[in-house]
Amino acid sequence: MFSETIELRGHIIDSLILPKVLDQILTHGANFKIAEIKIGQKRADQSFARIEVSAETSEALDGLILRLRQHGAEVVERANAQLAGAPADGVCPRDFYVTTNQQTFVRFGDQEIEVRPAMMNSAIALDRKKSSARAVKFFDVNKGEEIVVGHQGVRVVPVQRSTSHTDLFQFINTIVDADEPKSAIIRELGQELRRARAAKGKIAIVAGPPIVQTGAGQHLVRLIESRYVDRLFAGNPFAAYDVERALYGTSSGMSPDLAFARAGHENHLRAINTIREAGGISAAVHQKILTQGVMHACVRRNVDIVLTGAIRDEGPIPGVTTDVIEAQKVMRTKLADVTHVMLLATVQHSLAVASMLAPTVKTVCVDIDPSAVERAVEHQPLQSIGLVTDVEPFLRELADYLRESRVSE
Amino acid sequence: MRELLLCPPNYYGIEYEINPWMSRARGAEAALAQKQWEQLHARLSKLDCKVHLITPQPGLPDMVFTANAGLTVGRKFIPSNFRHKERAGEQPFFAKWMEKRGYEVRWLSENLYFEGEGDALFGGDVLFCGYKFRSDIQSHRAVADVLGCLVISAELVDPRFYHLDTCFCPLPDGAAFWFPLAFDDYGQRAIREHVADLIDVSPEEAMHFSCNAVVLERDIVLPEGAPQLVTKLQDRGYRCHELPMSEFIKAGGACKCLTMFMPQREETGDR
Repeated sequence: MFSETIELRGHIIDSLILPKVLDQILTHGANFKIAEIKIGQKRADQSFARIEVSAETSEALDGLILRLRQHGAEVVERANAQLAGAPADGVCPRDFYVTTNQQTFVRFGDQEIEVRPAMMNSAIALDRKKSSARAVKFFDVNKGEEIVVGHQGVRVVPVQRSTSHTDLFQFINTIVDADEPKSAIIRELGQELRRARAAKGKIAIVAGPPIVQTGAGQHLVRLIESRYVDRLFAGNPFAAYDVERALYGTSSGMSPDLAFARAGHENHLRAINTIREAGGISAAVHQKILTQGVMHACVRRNVDIVLTGAIRDEGPIPGVTTDVIEAQKVMRTKLADVTHVMLLATVQHSLAVASMLAPTVKTVCVDIDPSAVERAVEHQPLQSIGLVTDVEPFLRELADYLRESRVSE
Repeated sequence: MRELLLCPPNYYGIEYEINPWMSRARGAEAALAQKQWEQLHARLSKLDCKVHLITPQPGLPDMVFTANAGLTVGRKFIPSNFRHKERAGEQPFFAKWMEKRGYEVRWLSENLYFEGEGDALFGGDVLFCGYKFRSDIQSHRAVADVLGCLVISAELVDPRFYHLDTCFCPLPDGAAFWFPLAFDDYGQRAIREHVADLIDVSPEEAMHFSCNAVVLERDIVLPEGAPQLVTKLQDRGYRCHELPMSEFIKAGGACKCLTMFMPQREETGDR
């Protein structure tokens, strides 16, 4: 995207110059954002509008601006971004610009350079020679690298809210509370997932242990079997509970099928031990040790499993990334092409994933804790819905709805 | 009593081509042009107005089209900044002439093209301005700054109707006659918004420059060749004076282009 800021002055409302300019921007395939508008109060008062115009190519933008000048548009000269060298490896200059997850451009020289990837809570490293701008985390910062400081010359283009009336995500920050009906929204979500599938979107699930503990694992398996899951993000406990459930019928010693637990906590550790002995989840599936459950379904259906560790983990299960910096990198890579994410019954993991998502990713958060839902949804204010509910009925209803639309293998 | 500025056509001729009407090959017949101008002068002189004459200058054949000298409001005169260098030489003569008669000359920035009354006509207290072919829309804003009035800027889209006064003529009763296709959609809408009563001129009659009329209260002096428009105007109680204008139409002008109001309107606005 390339952009310029234009200003219009005069009797632009009465003369219909403002609507004409806006219409011309749209009919030429470009977009606009009105940054400021002042409308004259008295009849003879002139009005003023500052408009950011953006187009796909610089040629398209130049051609459009030339046309708009004819209708009185004046181009506002924009200042370059300010740069400072990183004082040491892993350290940003003071006053460094902190990114959002929105599309961001840096002005330097005569160019607008897009910051890639759109990544929240990062600094921006500018490479003058390559004319590239990179969102960098601390560990990625090299001494002397030029980092954007202050706000000058940085332009953020927020994602526009969906205006389609059929779109589940048309409302800002939709949260369905515990005491509100959910069936209709789950059906709409099912349709959205079908559309995503048809459009070759990528669907990721972030799975928390309650999925297994509440007995909802079987419904998640149905989604996986129906090819509605491309990636599964989870912590070590989710995998451990799922394997324990598959091997012993319990999760953390409890059986969802029984009113009271019979076996103890040792099932959990024995399950981990079994997988360690087999050499990992995939190996256990191939050796027919692991024959059911979510992990099993993922291996069977070639779903990418991204497992990350935490301090309290037992094991860990082989394949769990325990280095947090490394885990962040892996998660970011695996989220890069994701179009839809369902954050299911895990607060910390959901927040971590949500903070790494591009603003265009459609997000559904399901948790029984309203504050967890709120926090996750905040990260994607224009593309998310939250449901405050036990995850089991949610997954059951969604899997039931999608049962009829299983994608052929 | 209204005062008008005219310029005798001593040096008039088609010496260059800066609009689709002009053809050096075809040219204008000098003697006939002289006669047509004298008829206009005589007709206007008989109406309720005072006619002033500016001395024509050799090498400035279009100086005869005084409407493009500038815009006069109250005692202020805003001289034109001509788009074409062929006409730029007219500016100092008009400005000096107006200054000598006590008008306050208000220059626009020289990078703004503005062709005076040709592109700026009052309808009530609204100043309608045309832009694109000759005047820049930026000049409208500057004019609004000087005059403190509402300016409606309308884009002209047909090069044959390159000035506002070739396709739009306000009347003293708040109505106007116009050739709508000379404007883009937004311009048409903006004009419709601000003029309640619009009389459409047919394409055939518009081609006879019938919108290029001098309106003096109930008298309208316009080129011959627009019987339908004349009937409509007479029905509204106007006296129409139709004049032959063939030799000036060859240069893209007629009655109104040959006339500038001094002033077009009394002081405007609140500043």
